[in-house]
Amino acid sequence: MTLNEFAQHFLNALQWGSFYALIALGYSMVYGILMLFNFAHGDIFMAGAYIGLFVALALLSISTTGIIALPNWLVFILTLVLAMIFTSFLGMLVERVAYRPLRDAPRASAAITGLMVGIFLETSNLLFLGASRKTFPPLIEKTVYEIGGVTFTNIKIMIVGLSLILMLALHLFVRKTKWGMAMRAMCYDYVVVPLMGVPMNAIASLTFAIGSALAAVAGILFSIAYPVLEPYMGLLIGWKAFVAAILGGRGSIPGAVLGGFLLGFLEIFVAAFFTSTLRDLIAYSIILLILTFKPHGFFGEPYSARLRL
Amino acid sequence: MLLTVENLRVSYGAIRALQGISFQVDEGEIVCIIGANGAGKTTTLQAISRLIPVEPGSKLIYEGKNLLDYPPHKVVTELGIVHVPEGRRLFGNLTVMENLILATYGRKDKEGIKRDLEMVFDLFPRLAERKNQKAGTLSGGEQQMLAVGRALMSGRKMMLLDEPSMGLAPLLMQELFKALREINREGTTILLVEQNAHMALQFAQRGYVLETGRIVLEGPTKDLMENPKVKEAYLGG
Ligand SMILES: Nc1ncnc2c1ncn2[C@@H]1O[C@H](COP(=O)(O)OP(=O)(O)OP(=O)(O)O)[C@@H](O)[C@H]1O
Ligand SMILES: [Mg+2]
Repeated sequence: MTLNEFAQHFLNALQWGSFYALIALGYSMVYGILMLFNFAHGDIFMAGAYIGLFVALALLSISTTGIIALPNWLVFILTLVLAMIFTSFLGMLVERVAYRPLRDAPRASAAITGLMVGIFLETSNLLFLGASRKTFPPLIEKTVYEIGGVTFTNIKIMIVGLSLILMLALHLFVRKTKWGMAMRAMCYDYVVVPLMGVPMNAIASLTFAIGSALAAVAGILFSIAYPVLEPYMGLLIGWKAFVAAILGGRGSIPGAVLGGFLLGFLEIFVAAFFTSTLRDLIAYSIILLILTFKPHGFFGEPYSARLRL
Repeated sequence: MLLTVENLRVSYGAIRALQGISFQVDEGEIVCIIGANGAGKTTTLQAISRLIPVEPGSKLIYEGKNLLDYPPHKVVTELGIVHVPEGRRLFGNLTVMENLILATYGRKDKEGIKRDLEMVFDLFPRLAERKNQKAGTLSGGEQQMLAVGRALMSGRKMMLLDEPSMGLAPLLMQELFKALREINREGTTILLVEQNAHMALQFAQRGYVLETGRIVLEGPTKDLMENPKVKEAYLGG
């Protein structure tokens, strides 16, 4: 393996790790607060990508009609921000309609509901948009740089950089704000949180909003790297991000990030050293092995006063 | 009356935990409810802070308002009723300071928050020394102080206390009740439930005796202490 080849794998691993981590954060935050896995989360990722697609197309058509000429980078930023907002509303709607009525129901009921919501999102996409694939507009022109024999593209750097910035922002939010404090308190002891004057439903909505907004970012960044969108694009990546969340320790934010990147590196480097047909088999065997020795993941609590799925 | 409870009934499935109890707390008072394990003390406080549903016909009136119209977080932020739950229930993953700040979630009065923080640290200087320590690493006594301090941070019209003496050594218990008396003197009404009848009857002005979901005796604590039934069942003869 040449230095450049290694660098390519390394960058790919960081890029996929970013996708996984951004999605895994949504799984983990929701689990930490409501102790349920939102199995519709992969489809929220898909919805975020489509919302981004339509926002981008709308902005581009405004731009081409000449009403206001928007440069592509601005279209990209606006797309990102607007899609985050719209997708967070979708996430809050899912929580309100599908999960809140089941808050005290057995966890398996909530899990089934999540799967149903996912199927609903996929099917409505098929229904309204048809089975054809959509292409994401090339908002960012690809440039290749070279430093000392190592090549890299602006797109990969942007994807990894933006993801890391958002993860840092999330970290600060959870550490420093009263909403973040309330989230951490809910992770620890959900029952007495209202006694602090904290409206639990608002915190639950906020958590879904943040998780969904991060999934939307992942969806758009993914579409920039791989510009073909289809209704089932969230399934496999959603399940893999779920594995990343478990690997990191359910409910843990740093865990979700670590799990996401670990998964990215495992997949890419297994494919680099072995044949890529065996990629998933080998990568997931390693994960299974890790979980055998660390059944609660890296940062999961081994026990808690609260019931577990 | 600050708080009037009438015909309060609560069931957990088939278990009838409270079978229609009535009692009152006046502004500025210290009132205690004593009772053995499973008498329904915790249930009573949880009904007041709206953590559990009550049965139809139950009446909970606070300052002329129907408590049942308020969700639990508004009982704290709008009515100023704070609840120090059984077993402290601190957020062990948060620092002492974060536990105190979280309790001000619904408050906007920066000045008032600052004053209350000073008062908490005055009452419990040990909390000030440990403010950056995780609440989960405090000793039992310090945890109880933090639980009371945390409640003070959310407001201070009325404080519900669920067995604050539990697990405390006699000296710490004295210290805690001294602080509670100070809090009462500054204008906070206190409703205390306790298994430790000795402590509670000395501390409160009026008391109620709860037995398997019914109030069987009530009166000034001086009289209750002299009551032969109370002496035999709760004060060890
Ligand atoms: N969540 C619950 N589910 C079912 N039954 C309950 C529940 N909580 C309390 N009970 C029952 O209701 C009755 C009153 O309980 P409560 O906790 O109010 O008693 P308590 O007076 O606070 O007792 P202790 O002194 O042990 O704390 C008991 O019989 C108890 O078993
Ligand atoms: Mg109790």
